[in-house]
Amino acid sequence: MSALFPFHGGLKTVRHKTESNQTPIQAGILPPRLTVPLRQHIGAIAKPLVQPGDRVLKGQMIGQPDGYISAAIHAPTSGVVSAVDQQPVPHPSGLSDLCVTIESDGEDRWIDREPVDYHRLHPSELRQTIRNAGVVGLGGAGFPSAVKLNLAGRSEPLATLMLNGAECEPWITCDDRLMRERAAEIVAGLQIMAHLLGPAEVLIGIEDDKPEAIAAMTAACAGTSYEVRPVPTRYPSGSVKQLVKLLTGRETPVDGLPVDVGVQCFNVATAYTVYRAIHCGEPVISRVVTVTGQVHRPGNLEVLIGTPFAELIKQCGGYRDGVERLIMGGPMMGFALHSDEAPVTKAANCLLAAGPAELAAELPVLPCIRCGACMDVCPANLLPQQLYWHARAKEFDQARDCHLFSCIECGCCSHVCPSHIPLVQYYRYAKNEIWAQEKEKQRAEQARQRHQARMERLEREKQEREAKLRQKAPVRTEVVPHLDPLISVPSPTKGEGSGQVG
Amino acid sequence: MIVAVIALGLLAGASGLLLGFAAIRFKVEGDPMVEQIDAVLPQTQCGQCGYAGCRPYAEAIAAGEADINRCPPGGQNGIAALAELLGRDPKPLDPESGIEKPKMAAVIDEQSCIGCTLCIQACPVDAIVGAAKHMHTVIARECTGCELCLAPCPVDCIHMIPFAPSITTWKWTYPAVEVKAAA
Ligand code: SF4
Ligand code: SF4
Ligand code: SF4
Ligand code: SF4
Repeated sequence: MSALFPFHGGLKTVRHKTESNQTPIQAGILPPRLTVPLRQHIGAIAKPLVQPGDRVLKGQMIGQPDGYISAAIHAPTSGVVSAVDQQPVPHPSGLSDLCVTIESDGEDRWIDREPVDYHRLHPSELRQTIRNAGVVGLGGAGFPSAVKLNLAGRSEPLATLMLNGAECEPWITCDDRLMRERAAEIVAGLQIMAHLLGPAEVLIGIEDDKPEAIAAMTAACAGTSYEVRPVPTRYPSGSVKQLVKLLTGRETPVDGLPVDVGVQCFNVATAYTVYRAIHCGEPVISRVVTVTGQVHRPGNLEVLIGTPFAELIKQCGGYRDGVERLIMGGPMMGFALHSDEAPVTKAANCLLAAGPAELAAELPVLPCIRCGACMDVCPANLLPQQLYWHARAKEFDQARDCHLFSCIECGCCSHVCPSHIPLVQYYRYAKNEIWAQEKEKQRAEQARQRHQARMERLEREKQEREAKLRQKAPVRTEVVPHLDPLISVPSPTKGEGSGQVG
Repeated sequence: MIVAVIALGLLAGASGLLLGFAAIRFKVEGDPMVEQIDAVLPQTQCGQCGYAGCRPYAEAIAAGEADINRCPPGGQNGIAALAELLGRDPKPLDPESGIEKPKMAAVIDEQSCIGCTLCIQACPVDAIVGAAKHMHTVIARECTGCELCLAPCPVDCIHMIPFAPSITTWKWTYPAVEVKAAA
């Protein structure tokens, strides 16, 4: 086995994987109504292509990518569009966003699915097909994959194509089950990605607490040059930059991307959707979601995008007593949902019904004792304590100088802090403030330019008017006083540079 | 309707380009101190500070004629930024100039608008488009919320509405934690 390059810090966490990974992926039920958000990805919100009253088929595009960094959205089942409006979506704010609501007709009737032979497509056509299938990073980031599959503009060929099957967060097992049950399909998707990127090597990183997944993926890779690399179970090995370091030893620059050091990385579930898009002609309309924690029958469900979370809970036997919070994602990086009526999105890998046992007890916050424990676990090699002082004092420039934006919000620092300081909350706050200030500055600069342009226009018009007046001076002497612009009644066009003279 | 929207959109885009060009072409070389102060001001151009716009106020501050606490849109954060820049102590906003309010944008009630163009003439950043005797519209993206268009409107059809909270502008708030003194 090849050498690994451990990243700095990280944590051993209690895994809680066996609660949900002992049973096969179950098909989710077809709910009577689906609410499909048009923003399920990083980038511009998709443009709706349907109106209330429209009939749609399963797999029909209902939202068009708006610009290069955007993604297509499809109808998860056949039925009638009942609304295109603001509906609650899974987001830490609990706010609403533009969604297409579909009343299912129960027939689940597909569009014409056309598998394509990707070897016969031009790379740009192949990327276009993947883009039109709405493929985005399913590991949680939701970045449009077609963009990452385009290396145009990079002079160096890609060194490593990496598949991320680490799944390092506690409780989550959807990738584990997908690898165990659909390894061949994942590898087929990976082949398409390799075809587009032409990497020198293809590596698959999986944490070593998933021996079945490792075995299945190794078997599926037989006959290819792809290598499955088990990595030690250590949170957050599944974070992209940390996995790149682990498998290749390469350090992604602070403000850079893995591709800057010759690595492009995708989640295993993303490779699976690429397979379905090309070999089956099916866009991304479903995903595997881990439902775990305080529910009666934890497990993994393959559900349609747009299914209310409450349906998933119901299918898993309902809540057990003592659920305090419903978390989307894992306990380390996930966020609390405001309602279980919010719909499943492409980014929803896990639904954790958390009771007191799953939630870290809210202990009283004490002053920082400068113990340095946070620094020891920070996988991004930052000084969390320093960041905390600056963020707390709202010293945003200094926080930025301490590489605030390299923080991956993994929560390791908060987890170990003996003073129970909610460190990550401070970092999120500081990042959001800096972004908002930046936007405000841009707006102000735009307003300044527009104001200046207006002043210049008014000045120019005034001079033109004066020049004209001077030319016509002899005639003007005869003009009756009430036509003088200074005392005439306000006319709609006055001041707009016409009409006063003559 | 669609045609009108597209036409306005194109118009807005084109004028944006033109303005960008104009800003470079006609850039005024000025006092660097004034530039720096002007860069901190919110550019709402509302005149609440008692000057004809942000730049005149910046000039007055640079000349030592005006205090740094006269800009309500900039608010307390703006005063802090000015204080930092000028090496002075921050102070509360001068209530004479106004109060700090959440950011708003103007909206014209298109049913009532008589197309008089008075608001166009009042808007310091050309954020209103429309021809004489035709319905006018505010380009929300460009509106600074200065409220200068409200008074001139003869039929009172312009209203200020706060920006609705949305996912794209939502922010994590400052952590609400109470730090217990160490025992
Ligand atoms: S772990 Fe907590 S107490 Fe220790 S240095 Fe970091 S912030 Fe301070
Ligand atoms: S949350 Fe940020 S600062 Fe804290 S350990 Fe993770 S990367 Fe480091
Ligand atoms: S009060 Fe502030 S925003 Fe308004 S004109 Fe004066 S400096 Fe500009
Ligand atoms: S539209 Fe009205 S409120 Fe908005 S910038 Fe123009 S004058 Fe000010």
